[in-house]
Amino acid sequence: MIALRAGWRRGLILLRQSFSNGAELFAHLFWPLLMVGAAVALRGRDFGAFSLGALAVPGILGMNAAFGMVSLSQQLTADREDGTLLRARATPQGMPAYLIGTLLLVGGGLLADLAIFLVPAALLVPGLVTGGVGTAATVAGLLALALVATLPLGVVLGAAFGTARAQGLLTLPILGLVAVSGIFYPLAALPGWLQAVGQAFPVYWLGLGMRAALLPDAAVAVELGDSWRHAETVGVLAAWAVAGLLLAPVVLRRMARRESGSLVAARRDRALRRVG
Amino acid sequence: MTVIDVDRLRMRYGAADVLHDVTFRVDAGETLAVLGPNGAGKTTTIEILEGFRRPSAGRVAVLGTDPAQGGDAWRARVGIVLQSWRDHGKWRVGELLDHLASYYPRPWPTADLLAAVGLTGQAGQKIRTLSGGQRRRLDVAIGVVGRPDVLFLDEPTAGFDPVARREFHDLVAGLDTTVLLTTHDLDEAERLADRIVILDRGRVVADGTPAALAREIVGADEVRWRRDGRRFQEWTPDSTAFVRELFAAHGTAIAELEVHRASLEQTYLALVRHAEVAS
Repeated sequence: MIALRAGWRRGLILLRQSFSNGAELFAHLFWPLLMVGAAVALRGRDFGAFSLGALAVPGILGMNAAFGMVSLSQQLTADREDGTLLRARATPQGMPAYLIGTLLLVGGGLLADLAIFLVPAALLVPGLVTGGVGTAATVAGLLALALVATLPLGVVLGAAFGTARAQGLLTLPILGLVAVSGIFYPLAALPGWLQAVGQAFPVYWLGLGMRAALLPDAAVAVELGDSWRHAETVGVLAAWAVAGLLLAPVVLRRMARRESGSLVAARRDRALRRVG
Repeated sequence: MTVIDVDRLRMRYGAADVLHDVTFRVDAGETLAVLGPNGAGKTTTIEILEGFRRPSAGRVAVLGTDPAQGGDAWRARVGIVLQSWRDHGKWRVGELLDHLASYYPRPWPTADLLAAVGLTGQAGQKIRTLSGGQRRRLDVAIGVVGRPDVLFLDEPTAGFDPVARREFHDLVAGLDTTVLLTTHDLDEAERLADRIVILDRGRVVADGTPAALAREIVGADEVRWRRDGRRFQEWTPDSTAFVRELFAAHGTAIAELEVHRASLEQTYLALVRHAEVAS
């Protein structure tokens, strides 16, 4: 109970801080609006019967949802590096509250970013199906599934790539993954083995689910097998969610168990040496 | 009542033993300083007691519980003063203390705690804007926010200027709880501790009050004098009586009298000099 309440409060405080300082507020607005700009710029270019702009919007949504994973993993690494995690460990109920607070921070921030992107995009990019309650419910459900599928994976990545430098290396394969996930151009245009790689990861399925929700039915012609593959989308995302939820607590406990004051002090000394 | 009970504690990293059969106890209300040169095993010991590391062998109990098995109820009774660096930099001082207080069953009210550590004026300030000394006082406030029955401080004043050090000592001396602190600063140990354990290369080489340690280990005061142009030097457990007799016997013939009381510093240096040379 204490953990739930404290974690919730912690998350709200973190979110408020994240939306009330200049640098972070800029990041919250800059990237989504840049993406809106990209989608608007692409709206005149056609791919088959559809504008590339309309095709890109759902993909960008899906991609950003998957990027929540990376933000969470970076957050975890930063919190380990600066001793936040150790403080949580030194507090009763501190670890579960820390985890809840961090999930709220990253999940809430992500949803806000997506809204900042989707609302102007829906108004400015023609060819999207955004009217009905059904669409809104599908998008909301898909985003919920996206968070459950990707945030636990972020915990696993954060634990596995423990230093800021390793996190930097991590962005390269993630960008590669986005490239083969049919976000900016259809997967059908890629060679077969790259299609297989793309379909193994959640980014592609998030994009596909978003396209199914936001594009007119005729757009299905662009997809593999001319199908939205609803069942497969839910199945693959659910599988990633289960895997993440099973793994995350184990690796987080392992990671926290190894933290101690002397480790944080050693990292501080290293960082200060780098700076000084 | 024994609050901390350490019995034949051993820690082994690979093939090297870092702690050899370390044994000591701390009673309720006592302040114990674990003193020793760098690499003596102080930090390893305190991190085992905090439940952050598992010992290789031996029995450890803090508040009657093995720290490695300590649950949330145990955690709530244990305060740890961590050396903060830049965590929670965006939080405001009062906001963080309020938040952390909500994890404990009987926390200090934030206003009282801020007053106790002298940060009332900084309550609304962002933590990353605090000075080094203010930040350490906040670390202490965070350590005691849950009114712990035992408080751990690892090298609490490393890197302090003399003023900050003095303020910090006054703050810790005013705490009403059992305290275990590590330090390599003799003056700090003498000022704060009721009792001192000296660790050297993973072994307890001394355990007692500062005065008792000085007496037991050096054992004697040093008295030097000159008489009839000759120098004399004597070691004696009771230098006052010795000098009285010296004057009774020789009167004004005694010149250049020096009495060096057995000091903790001598004790300490005698005990760890070889370690400093080796390291």
